[in-house]
Amino acid sequence: MSTTAAPAPGASRGDLARLERHWGETPSVRSWLTTVDHKRIGRRYLVTAGLFFALAGLSALAMRTQLARPEAGMLSPEEYNQLFTMHGTTMIFLFATPMLFGFGNVLVPLMIGSRDMAFPKLNALGYWVFLFSGLFMWASLPFGAAPNNGWFAYVPLSDEQHNPGLHMDVYSLGLLFLGVATTAGSINFIVTALKLRAPGMSLNRVPLFVWAIVATGFMVIFALPALNVDNAMLFLDRRFGTHFFDPEAGGNVLLWQHLFWIFGHPDVYIIVMPALGIVSAVLPAFTRRGVVGYPLVVLAIVSISIISFGVWVHHMFATGLPQLSYSFFSAASTIITIPSGIQIFAWLATMMLGRLVLRVPLLFVIGFIVTFVLGGLTGAMFALTAFDQQVTDSYFVVAHFHYVLIGGAVFPMLAGIYFWLPKITGRMYHEGLGRWAFWLVFVGMHVTFFPMHLYGLFGMPRRVYTYRSEAGWDGWNLVSTVGSYVLALGLLLVLVGVVHAIRRGRPAPPDPWGGDTLDWSTDSPPKPYNFPVLPRVRSLHPNWDGPSRESMATGAEPDRVLADGRRTLRTSELDGRRERAVEMPEPSFQPLVLALAMLTFFTALLLAWYPVAAGAAATVAVTLAVWLWPPRRPDTEVGVSA
Amino acid sequence: MLGGVLALTGCAGGAPSALDPAGTGAGRVADLWWVLFWISMAVFAEVMVLLVWALVFRRRRDARVRHGQPLRFVAIAGAGIPLVILVTVYALGLRDLVALGDGPGPEATTIEVTGHRWWWEVRVPGVAGATANELHIPVGEKVRIRLRTADVLHSFWVPQLMPKTDLIAGEVRETWLQTDRAGTYRGQCAEYCGTQHAHMAFLVVAEPRREFDAWLSQLGSPAARPQTDAQRRGQEAFEQGSCAGCHTIRGTGADGRIGPDLSDVGSRWSIGAGAVSNDGGHLGGWIANSQTVKPGNFMPPQPVDAQRLPDLIAYLQSLT
Amino acid sequence: MSGSMTAATGTEALTTEMPVGRSTGWWGMVMFVATEATLFACLLGSYFYLRFQYGPTWPPPGITEPTLLRPLVMTAVLLPSSLPVIWAEHGIRRGERWRLRAGLATTLVLGATFLALQASEYTEKLREFTMTTNAYGSLFYVITGFHGLHVLIGLTMISWLLAASLRGGSFGSHRHDRVRNVAIYWHFVDVVWAAILFTIYLSPRL
Repeated sequence: MSTTAAPAPGASRGDLARLERHWGETPSVRSWLTTVDHKRIGRRYLVTAGLFFALAGLSALAMRTQLARPEAGMLSPEEYNQLFTMHGTTMIFLFATPMLFGFGNVLVPLMIGSRDMAFPKLNALGYWVFLFSGLFMWASLPFGAAPNNGWFAYVPLSDEQHNPGLHMDVYSLGLLFLGVATTAGSINFIVTALKLRAPGMSLNRVPLFVWAIVATGFMVIFALPALNVDNAMLFLDRRFGTHFFDPEAGGNVLLWQHLFWIFGHPDVYIIVMPALGIVSAVLPAFTRRGVVGYPLVVLAIVSISIISFGVWVHHMFATGLPQLSYSFFSAASTIITIPSGIQIFAWLATMMLGRLVLRVPLLFVIGFIVTFVLGGLTGAMFALTAFDQQVTDSYFVVAHFHYVLIGGAVFPMLAGIYFWLPKITGRMYHEGLGRWAFWLVFVGMHVTFFPMHLYGLFGMPRRVYTYRSEAGWDGWNLVSTVGSYVLALGLLLVLVGVVHAIRRGRPAPPDPWGGDTLDWSTDSPPKPYNFPVLPRVRSLHPNWDGPSRESMATGAEPDRVLADGRRTLRTSELDGRRERAVEMPEPSFQPLVLALAMLTFFTALLLAWYPVAAGAAATVAVTLAVWLWPPRRPDTEVGVSA
Repeated sequence: MLGGVLALTGCAGGAPSALDPAGTGAGRVADLWWVLFWISMAVFAEVMVLLVWALVFRRRRDARVRHGQPLRFVAIAGAGIPLVILVTVYALGLRDLVALGDGPGPEATTIEVTGHRWWWEVRVPGVAGATANELHIPVGEKVRIRLRTADVLHSFWVPQLMPKTDLIAGEVRETWLQTDRAGTYRGQCAEYCGTQHAHMAFLVVAEPRREFDAWLSQLGSPAARPQTDAQRRGQEAFEQGSCAGCHTIRGTGADGRIGPDLSDVGSRWSIGAGAVSNDGGHLGGWIANSQTVKPGNFMPPQPVDAQRLPDLIAYLQSLT
Repeated sequence: MSGSMTAATGTEALTTEMPVGRSTGWWGMVMFVATEATLFACLLGSYFYLRFQYGPTWPPPGITEPTLLRPLVMTAVLLPSSLPVIWAEHGIRRGERWRLRAGLATTLVLGATFLALQASEYTEKLREFTMTTNAYGSLFYVITGFHGLHVLIGLTMISWLLAASLRGGSFGSHRHDRVRNVAIYWHFVDVVWAAILFTIYLSPRL
């Protein structure tokens, strides 16, 4: 099936030297600021998202400590309210999606046999914008001006009258700013997966992870505008006196909720979908066979991304909308569990037919199945309006979405970290440390969040900075707090494991697990150009099939080496037929400059320095004009007749 | 885990538990919950059996990898069976949705509740007075609750009686309460509403019709008159001090409309919408500086002179 | 964003290759337009939501129904402005640079005329209501203003193309990806105007 031998070099020594000259980057500050290499950018996404995860996690620990006992005074209500808002906003926007985009950045070009993303400079821009928007939002915390309205920022509490100060301006502008990165990243993933697949990789040979990332990209493209419009209107209402959400002047507060959840529900899948893709990528290596029912799983991915746009009202089941609309959205919300069910049973079938190799990534996948199924079951309950009205906005819903998001996104991410750590860093992790981390995370997670189902049912509302002992919620809250420390310890051990691997880990072979996708067909870590010879793909599991692997060995056609320049292959959308070689851009300062100009723009808007904002906007326009300015060539080359 | 859950439903302590329903609405939802719970346990058990089977039998070194594509298994277990379950459950849910939507008739008693940051104003149409954070309902009747908000969104939730209904700015919402069990039921705001969202609780008192009527008539009458000298001095201090600017005490010169009506404050179950219990010490602390009790609430610290404070407390406690 | 137009245009040694299939830049622009179109759909959706939640009189009392003459003239200026772009794009595909230049210049004039008409409409409307008058005012100015901003961005892109084409050595029968992408954007700006015309100016009369 697979070997751990290095891929046979199909490129000559001269080709390799030329590839190195065109793609190689010498370590320097300049190269650090200008790189457009998808692997470096992806790594940065992973590390930066990890930092935001730590910040949001520490906020959660502070909140759990406050809630360990009734009427505790460790945090003031203002502090608690900013912390829970930053926790949610960061986990959703600055951790989950960027972390998965990090995986996508590193892996999509490797899995489809390309040398980079379709738009490498845009990719670099996306990272800088993500970093700056995250810093923009967190910088408000030391000033006591952090968002304080919950991550869904309902009006009228978030309007100027009820929430003066910069808090919610930071929120709306920060998310608009971040939206640039998310949109750019999504378009990049879609186009990369459509146009840069290795020859022979027709749609039915695209790895499930890539399918998931592309579906995610499409969801972002159609969902994020709703959030952007919402935030733009909020900012205009707050700063410039418009009345979109003001019922006194013809506005409507429920408009915010509709737009927010038209984005917000697809966003749940925007987070979970790529994580499920990781599961589908990890399983083959540790079950020694492909995922059962590839076409069904693809169908499930596609249908989830469509149905997810028709369920948003189930977040508004207690707002008193007409029953008829509730019965419709209740049905749609019920149906959307089916594609997830298909995927779960496809993975179970895969495990039941394969031979299990119980390494840490598989442990996390098993933890994922246990946890995500529980979260899915409570999720199906929320589709029923009557039940939803009882437990929504209580700790039951907090339990539910942590089961879905930790189970459905964090566990797969952790599986992915252990799985691809050898590929990304070129080092193996310590198995024993990894096992300890798994058990602590798994136990900590359930001890923290399982009791929340209970005290939610016992009537404890969410988002309270404290509670009275007389309400009878104290014991279980203490259990949750203890669990949260165990969970934090487990996550700390993950970090220790990663650092240990980088410092002390054994060098990793190209294919330590016997994986099935093209990422395992190249060095660990891959060369800047990924593949000396771009593969010709002959099956869904190219690393497991001889002809696909041999296509990278000696005797490869020179049109797949492309050593004379920074080039990769463009292929057709559906059947992956070779179209032409395309030139890839060189490293550039432009992405950084553009992102800095945008940071200036948003900061100036926040602080009401409007002339500065205008200047920054002009800088953005000029930078773009220079960035896209066509190179000058002789008329004969561009083809001019008159 | 399963055993844990079952053990737990019994030991919710004094919690306002949705699993200990006393109202018609909450009762329906609790029944629905138990159906959902058992179905979920069955599905979870199914998944665990398959997972454990794989872990036991497919981990052996000699386990031979099978390359089949059991699409039928995936389709039946992942889509077919869930579809049957979901359709059934959806029908049950729809039945309960309709039941919850079946409000009281036009003749029913109506209580108007207005959400404020961070307290509940309670009025009854046709009755002059108001009270706060406590509403009474007659046992056995379907009572209409009309919900408005004076500022931001709130949500009216009495877990033992009825699921939530949000209070929407610029709109009027209605829900209803019905219970056959006399008693007190704790409710709390369930939609995040700012700094003191945590302390926005209220109490529903279900009582026989006669007692309810007495409550209604008390709500329409002037507050109790002071009996002792201390109470009289307290009333004077209340009327002449800053208190009267924000609070009403019916039948006196105090007619402020910003804070809660205090005409029956002495009999209320708590101070500050569930922030602290209603006793002399807490009342004094609240008057002097409520910010230490419920930080961020809209009542500024009161410059009451130390000699007048006991009088004020005595007066307010006499208002029952 | 419009960075999606990078890449895919090589530097040398590719002259013998005619473009085959859709370029990455084309897909990037189409995806960008798709997300922008969703943005407008959300704005127009908000308009209808607020309108139908508001009540029977719309626009609210105190604001007269928008008159049709000027917006129809604006439509007559903007919608046809796509034609010179199409003509220019077809021209450059055959290597006729003069058509590119003439077409872009014509569109530039039409687009600027549109903006001038919009400015004159604003000066009139602002005397009647502003975006802080009520939700209708907010919707009117934000939707039309946001579209106006898109026209301005489109005109900037067209001027940028025109500048590049005047320099020479930029576009020809082998290289016109950027022309095609700007054209897609401009057509999008036009089509959105038709939706806005319907929503803001025609729908209150229905």
